[in-house]
Amino acid sequence: MDFQSCVNINKEWDIVGARQIGRDFARKIGFGTVDQARIATAISELARNIYLYAGTGKICFETIEEIDRKGLVILAVDDGPGIAEISKVMEDGYSTSGGLGAGLPGVKRLMDEFDIISEQEKGTEIKAVKWVR
Amino acid sequence: MSTLNMDLSNYRDLLKQYIRTQDETALYQAEQFSKLSMQQNISPEEIINVHIQALQELYPELPEGIKSSMNFLLEAMISYGLAYQEFQSLREQQLALKSEISVAASMQQTLLTTVKPEVEGLDIGAISIPANQMNGDYHHFVQNDDNKLGIAIADVIGKGIPAALAMSMIKYSMDSIPENRMDPSNILESLNRVVERNVDPSMFITMFYGLYDPSNEKFYYSSAGHEPGFYYNAAEDKFEEIEARGVVLGVTRDTEYRQYERKVNAGDMIIMLTDGVTECRQGDRFIEPEEVLDVIKSYMHLPAQKLVEQVYKHFERLQDFHLRDDFTLIILRKEV
Repeated sequence: MDFQSCVNINKEWDIVGARQIGRDFARKIGFGTVDQARIATAISELARNIYLYAGTGKICFETIEEIDRKGLVILAVDDGPGIAEISKVMEDGYSTSGGLGAGLPGVKRLMDEFDIISEQEKGTEIKAVKWVR
Repeated sequence: MSTLNMDLSNYRDLLKQYIRTQDETALYQAEQFSKLSMQQNISPEEIINVHIQALQELYPELPEGIKSSMNFLLEAMISYGLAYQEFQSLREQQLALKSEISVAASMQQTLLTTVKPEVEGLDIGAISIPANQMNGDYHHFVQNDDNKLGIAIADVIGKGIPAALAMSMIKYSMDSIPENRMDPSNILESLNRVVERNVDPSMFITMFYGLYDPSNEKFYYSSAGHEPGFYYNAAEDKFEEIEARGVVLGVTRDTEYRQYERKVNAGDMIIMLTDGVTECRQGDRFIEPEEVLDVIKSYMHLPAQKLVEQVYKHFERLQDFHLRDDFTLIILRKEV
């Protein structure tokens, strides 16, 4: 997939930039206020994960259009340490950052589709999709 | 979608009514709305969204600043909504876990069932109540063909599921000990080997094993670090601690256990228990061992089974009906 727009995440401030671009995409696609806020929160979580655990990475956005629906794809890519036990980080109540923040289960709840590919020492790629209702 | 829309018009009307009248009825209906929303898994940000829409319909000329402030509030509620959903899913998991544990507990009860035997000349009472769902205490009666009665009472240091698993192992090891090797010291020595081989070194099991032989009216016993029981001497109307030395099960492979014996006279009682009895707490205070004996004494006129039940009830009440440790009490009385 050729992404329309990417934001590099190097410092905490970049999280805000990613939210802003994601929200603009969401608004243009036609998401309502609540879904815009949910998408922004999901982007925050993904960007913060990159910032905290990988150091650097990027968040990319892409509009998808099918015959009967429209949606937004968010892709979070880093080449950090990777996730050893994905099923563990997807458990509710499990968080390495001290229980604050929604974590990846939160992102999954905020979005409609969610997928992780991660390899230790190589990096992580998370893809999340939300459809306009 | 249609239910949410219905709720929106409903909410708008309620809001309108409240703004006009400041009426408690509308507030009460708002409360109902909030409960209904929770039932339908509607998160807080959606309610705020409904509020914003209702507000805009009621006041089309709403100042821009107020509109922005409402969007700000919506954003601020997103994480609460997520936390609420997480809480819901954890609650479902907890229910599933609870029912799984209760299946395990009833399985354990079936496994560890022991029948209180009828022995001529002996009045026997036994009670064992777990603090949580699963019992880390264990007691078992064995009646041999030659009419001897074996009584095992054990306690795992720790409670809950790990303790219960260890107890099931003890029970099966005991079943496999041949009947001609049922001397207390022998039993503890073989169980010690089983525990030493199979149980994590951080887990200890204490056990007292007694054997009553009606042919000579003698009680033989050995202890593996177990909470000492008491002997009631009827002739002198006195309680004394049953002294028996021995290390807890599972420390070293070749531990030997000393076997003691004593003659049991008419009216005498043998009291075996776990630390759930002697370490009952009243508030922050541990009870004194004498208190246990005083309570036993006050119900001593009753048959042994009634006696142990009354003692349990006494300490259950003393601890505000909330046991902190598994409670097991066995009393044997030599009938006159």
